[in-house]
Amino acid sequence: MNLLGNLGWDALPWSQPLPLISGIAVFAIVIAIVAWIFVKGHFPYLWREWITSVDHKRIGIMYIMLALIMLLRGFTDAIMMRLQQAMAAGGAQGYLPPDHFSQIFSAHGTIMIFFMAMPLLIGLMNFVLPLQLGIRDVAFPTLNSVSFWLTASGVLLINLSLLIGDFSKAGWVAYPPLSELQFSPGVGVDYYLWALQISGVGTLMTGINFVTTILKLRAPGMGYMRMPVFCWTALATNLLIVAAFPVLTATFAMLLLDRYLGFHFFTVDAGGNAMMYVNLFWVWGHPEVYILVLPAFGIFSEVIATFSGKPLFGYRSMVAATMAICILSFLVWLHHFFTMGASANVNGFFGVMTMIIAVPTGVKVFNWLFTMYGGRVRYNTPILWSIGFMITFVIGGMTGVLMAVPPADFQLHNSLFLVAHFHNVIIGGVVFGAMAGLNYWFPKAFGFTLHEGWGRASFWCWLIGFYTAFMPLYALGLMGMTRRMQHYDDVTWQPWLIVAALGAFIILAGVVCQIIQLVVSVRAREQNRDLTGDPWNGRTLEWSTASPPPPWNFAVLPQVEDKDAFWVWKEQQRTGQHAPVAPRDYEAIEMPKNSPAGFIIAFFAVMAGFAMIWHIWWMAGIGVLGIFATMLAYAFRHEEETEIPAGELARFDREHPVRHESEAEAAA
Amino acid sequence: MTTPEDRAPGEAEPFSETGEGHGTGVLVYTIGLGVAVLLTATSFWVANTPALWGPGVGLGLAVLAVAQMGVHLVFFLHITTGPDNTNNVLALAFGLLIVFVVMFGSLWIMNNLNENMMPSPDLMNLHMQR
Repeated sequence: MNLLGNLGWDALPWSQPLPLISGIAVFAIVIAIVAWIFVKGHFPYLWREWITSVDHKRIGIMYIMLALIMLLRGFTDAIMMRLQQAMAAGGAQGYLPPDHFSQIFSAHGTIMIFFMAMPLLIGLMNFVLPLQLGIRDVAFPTLNSVSFWLTASGVLLINLSLLIGDFSKAGWVAYPPLSELQFSPGVGVDYYLWALQISGVGTLMTGINFVTTILKLRAPGMGYMRMPVFCWTALATNLLIVAAFPVLTATFAMLLLDRYLGFHFFTVDAGGNAMMYVNLFWVWGHPEVYILVLPAFGIFSEVIATFSGKPLFGYRSMVAATMAICILSFLVWLHHFFTMGASANVNGFFGVMTMIIAVPTGVKVFNWLFTMYGGRVRYNTPILWSIGFMITFVIGGMTGVLMAVPPADFQLHNSLFLVAHFHNVIIGGVVFGAMAGLNYWFPKAFGFTLHEGWGRASFWCWLIGFYTAFMPLYALGLMGMTRRMQHYDDVTWQPWLIVAALGAFIILAGVVCQIIQLVVSVRAREQNRDLTGDPWNGRTLEWSTASPPPPWNFAVLPQVEDKDAFWVWKEQQRTGQHAPVAPRDYEAIEMPKNSPAGFIIAFFAVMAGFAMIWHIWWMAGIGVLGIFATMLAYAFRHEEETEIPAGELARFDREHPVRHESEAEAAA
Repeated sequence: MTTPEDRAPGEAEPFSETGEGHGTGVLVYTIGLGVAVLLTATSFWVANTPALWGPGVGLGLAVLAVAQMGVHLVFFLHITTGPDNTNNVLALAFGLLIVFVVMFGSLWIMNNLNENMMPSPDLMNLHMQR
């Protein structure tokens, strides 16, 4: 018996210099950073303040950092694919062999959806939700830390495939029979499956955590119809996570049984049915689209209302639209496989449902437009992203409704038109939303505002780059080019693809601007300090506390009397309707203790996942036992909370006076 | 002045928790356990008895299973019609809706695919003889 299972020296890509060198370079950098942390003695600080932290703000920031690093990785894949397709016309083969190209497009999709978009939005929700709800933490703080570290485990596993073994070549959807053992005998699909299973458990726990938080822990007086819209969209998103992710986990579990134990759920022979995988995958997959875009809708609602200086137009219709999308998103999944052979009745039903789901989304767009109408709009970076979103997303939505017509979809299915469509909604919706959110909430998280000029430069590069990169793909799709082509014969496609590659480089300039923006802002942080806690003249409770907020968020829980609670409070202060603020009555509060449980569970989860991928059964056993032992040890802990004395709360408030009277008042 | 609809979970309960003290809690669980055991025993009896019409056994088991679920929800998961239970009832309703959509949707779709994609019997016969 081989102690290391299938793992051997031939797992390293000796014959392919490109992955070998880039893989070694990446790992060398990571090891160098870890070594630097230990040598400089930063590790105790990191361990105490970040790795074991159960503070939702810290966890949120770690989620966002993870997502941004993965954005760079996924974006590198995108640039490589655009370069390859710009080169490989006619007889040319480009610079990527088919084997490598297939891994790149699979990794690009998997990473961008699961390890960029999901952690980015979950990170924003993590940071913002408790602050907006006026509470001190999420419902289950340690579970939150476990969720984050399990997501990080998935990221680590998927990136290990860069150097050790290879990644899946079956696309980000991994349809069988291609992803079955018969046609994908290597470890690639196993890397995909185990990375997503482990991070999927983390996502599910996040969903449960946030749903509980929103339903059970809100500031006194904050009834459902007084919640900020971002909280509503987060509620809908997390309900969808709780309902949809178990389907994905079960589907992947069946594929794993096929691959490991010779089951026949999705095989071509012995009664398996590969179409069932496609069906179940999209039962999860379509709600996933809304899991990603609903929080972005929430961000735009906050940003547009704040920067227009007006309450959101049609709050109730916004809530109704959000919840309608939440239900309807479960009734459209077949439109991802119209061409798979269902009859006109089935295709017709799902086509019509798809068109219906565009209605609540349209309601939202009009609400945003009417919020801006008649408002005094301040054109800061966050609202630029929001306006860019509205235009781009409406175009993407319309191409989506076009493809919801089954006969049209028979022409466009799996063409570059589809690729252009979903990038149109995901970049134009989710990424723009996340960027608006990052620029909007950054001062709250770190206590200084981001540089405005570089932020705008980045927005314009992204916007122009997006249109340059993806509009040619619509044309190519109509010309008949299918997705995932390593090379093609029709040389008339090449000019379009060269333009698309150019667009990708303009987006790269946008990414570079963002990095410069971050560096410039950090260096000039003393000039751009946000001492008021309310740099944008905000409307919701997160702006009523200091920037960055103390670990306990609010020394005294706010009393909510209306929606846009903080705005109403400021107005009452200004017009003198509100009684002058009484001296605060501080009481000691209890905060959850830090816990290394999440990190240790993730350590064993990586061990178990890696061992399963390489069939090292004893190590997988140790990993699973380790997870179980950690949970047991955590369950028997003695103390879970530390007390923060009233004096410390009072001292923090004295040192960080929050100037509740806004700039508006100063100007008036 | 907050109306009942505006009351958030963080606020003090306007009514005390006299409705379900510790003494009655044990009683509720005991009754639940009793009924659950009774339903389980009945299902074993149904499966083996000649007293029922054969094809009706499956239906009987299904009825007992649904009753069992109801007992668990009411006695163990405390789903009631009380005002503080709206969240739980709505969550249950949402869950049931999704389960039914996924189940019946998948059955409808997969059945339809099989009907459309399966070759005609003659062709299938030819295929099997190869």
